[in-house]
Amino acid sequence: MRVQDVLASAVRNSFRNKLRTTLTVVAIFIGAFTLTITSAIGTGVSDYINTQVTAIGTPGIFTISKATQTGIVSTGPATYDPNAAVSSGGSVIGPNGPTGLNGGTAALSKEDLASIAATSGITAVNPLIAVTPDYIQYANNGTYKLRVNTNAAISKASLAAGNQLNNSTSDLQLLIPTSYLENLGYTDAASAAGSTVTIGIKDYQRVSHTVTATVVGVQNETLLGSGAELNTALLTELDAIQNTGKPTTTAEGYAAATATFDPAMSSANVKALQKTLADAGYSAKTVADQIGTFQAVIDGIVGVLNAFAGIALLAAGFGIINTLLMSVQERTREIGLMKAMGMGSGAIYALFSLEAVFIGFLGSAIGALVAIGIGTPLSSFLSNTVLSGLPGLNILQFAPASIAVIMAIVMFIAFIAGTLPASKAARQNPIEALRYCAELNY
Amino acid sequence: MNQILEARDIVKSYGQGSSKFDALSGVSLSVTAGETVAIIGKSGSGKSTLMHLLALLDEPGGGELLVNGADASKLKKSQLNHLRNEDFGFVFQQFFLIPNATVLDNVVLPLTIAGVGAKERRARGLAALEQLELTDKAKSKAINLSGGQKQRVVIARALVNNPKVIFADEPTGNLDSVTGAIVEDMLFKLNREKGITLIIVTHDADLAARCDRQIFMRDGREDKAGIVK
Ligand SMILES: Nc1ncnc2c1ncn2[C@@H]1O[C@H](COP(=O)(O)OP(=O)(O)OP(=O)(O)O)[C@@H](O)[C@H]1O
Ligand SMILES: [Mg+2]
Repeated sequence: MRVQDVLASAVRNSFRNKLRTTLTVVAIFIGAFTLTITSAIGTGVSDYINTQVTAIGTPGIFTISKATQTGIVSTGPATYDPNAAVSSGGSVIGPNGPTGLNGGTAALSKEDLASIAATSGITAVNPLIAVTPDYIQYANNGTYKLRVNTNAAISKASLAAGNQLNNSTSDLQLLIPTSYLENLGYTDAASAAGSTVTIGIKDYQRVSHTVTATVVGVQNETLLGSGAELNTALLTELDAIQNTGKPTTTAEGYAAATATFDPAMSSANVKALQKTLADAGYSAKTVADQIGTFQAVIDGIVGVLNAFAGIALLAAGFGIINTLLMSVQERTREIGLMKAMGMGSGAIYALFSLEAVFIGFLGSAIGALVAIGIGTPLSSFLSNTVLSGLPGLNILQFAPASIAVIMAIVMFIAFIAGTLPASKAARQNPIEALRYCAELNY
Repeated sequence: MNQILEARDIVKSYGQGSSKFDALSGVSLSVTAGETVAIIGKSGSGKSTLMHLLALLDEPGGGELLVNGADASKLKKSQLNHLRNEDFGFVFQQFFLIPNATVLDNVVLPLTIAGVGAKERRARGLAALEQLELTDKAKSKAINLSGGQKQRVVIARALVNNPKVIFADEPTGNLDSVTGAIVEDMLFKLNREKGITLIIVTHDADLAARCDRQIFMRDGREDKAGIVK
């Protein structure tokens, strides 16, 4: 039998019992639809994260903090050391969100910084200056809370308007996030760039001061958290005010520091360096690491959804076995006739296998098409509403390659499911088959 | 003479142990090309079993079976398939039509199996249908034909591959006498005009009498005295 004839009859045979085939296809459809959607989420998220890392990540820089001690729950609180450095300020914003949630995290002391700097591979260490201003005000539009994002030191901003911060000027500069625009009284991002704002901050004795700075740019929100980013000059200025009147006896410490290394260092060496620092009790993270934690969460969710899709496909596999076994039974006489007329067992096997694969193809193709049909408008709807805070994120991205892989997997499952009925058909003895149900007269 | 098929003392049993049943216990026979042979006998006497063995649909439990002088047991599975596909035509007691396929698709089934291209299949199928005056039914579904029409389709299918031998198991068994006679005439016409060897299993003494030779079966053996009946 010619390949195209085997193919044509497999397709024709699968439509013989339309209801049965349809029900089996529905089961496969559910699995394929879910897989297509989850893989699209996976693609969408990792695509976003990758562009984020390349857009805002600066290679060759770590954020360093003291490693959080594990085992706090089982061992109880650690012994109090009155000489240990505690990071200044009550609500220091570290790179991993506010620190001090557990009543003060260990801070990096001057000795820590020195020992990090002495680690081979690290070229420089700079403490992250944490400032906690009270408010920001534009023109006479009222005062608003100002949150400072310390990631300015390790990332470059994804700009909606204006320019990047200049850290070598003595001008006081800052970037504000797009979410601040409306409250502060700007009409749009472009009008904010270049404007002057007032920042309020208290010194160590709780006396209020104000500083005037220039908004050089407006930045899009990123996964690294929102907040304004300040240039070195502004940071130094605010830090100086903050520490005015501070008693000299207070142990000085920093919530975090940045450490630079050779940007050309291979990722294996970066890993080794992180390990060395971890062994010394410091957590060293690149921008990619920090963004990567989001990916891990999404990967977990996608994994659970994939497991459900897998269960659906497993059930569908049994559906295919059942459908084809019934069809082998129904076509016993036909199989016997074809064998009597010289059709080989291999061709019979191929006929039923292909029928299974075709059912798998139908289910997966319809599943993928419907997923794309529903997912594409849904994704742009979400981007414009719920996810509008994360520009550039298309939560569902349908990659042709992964759809092809999903279809191939589903068709392979169908093929495996078809082997049992197909070999049953291929083994049939023509004489027995011709005797089967002899009273059926057609 | 050209011995197309020869059976030497062939045996066939079904089942095992105490339930073992000898359907054929030593039958010898020789068929010359162009002959018409009737296999006749009571129900259960082993006629169909003998025909299936001659048609290489089954293997004998003992004895020898020769096809064109060659030992059939030495042929490979694919050679047997080729032989049945190209040299044999089959008419069974039941029609064995694929109910929802068209008449034409049913008729060209042996050609499809042989791997003949669609165009040639169609031409040869239509030619076969024309011989049996069924051209107008080519596109109908097999299930929608009358009994006599179905049997003509079956004959068209048996001759579409220009076989050397047609095996017919009770070809008129489920037809009324008039249609039965028409089908009979067609088979003998094929024998006369194309020299196709006919091996016909039948209950019908009149049909058997039209054949060159009759093999009478009784309890799995040939009954040489059965002619009287
Ligand atoms: N697959 C089988 N298993 C067991 N016994 C069988 C099998 N096939 C045939 N037989 C037995 O072998 C004997 C001969 O059967 P066969 O079909 O050859 O008879 P027949 O002469 O063609 O009868 P009929 O005229 O009724 O078709 C019967 O007794 C039948 O029961
Ligand atoms: Mg019989």
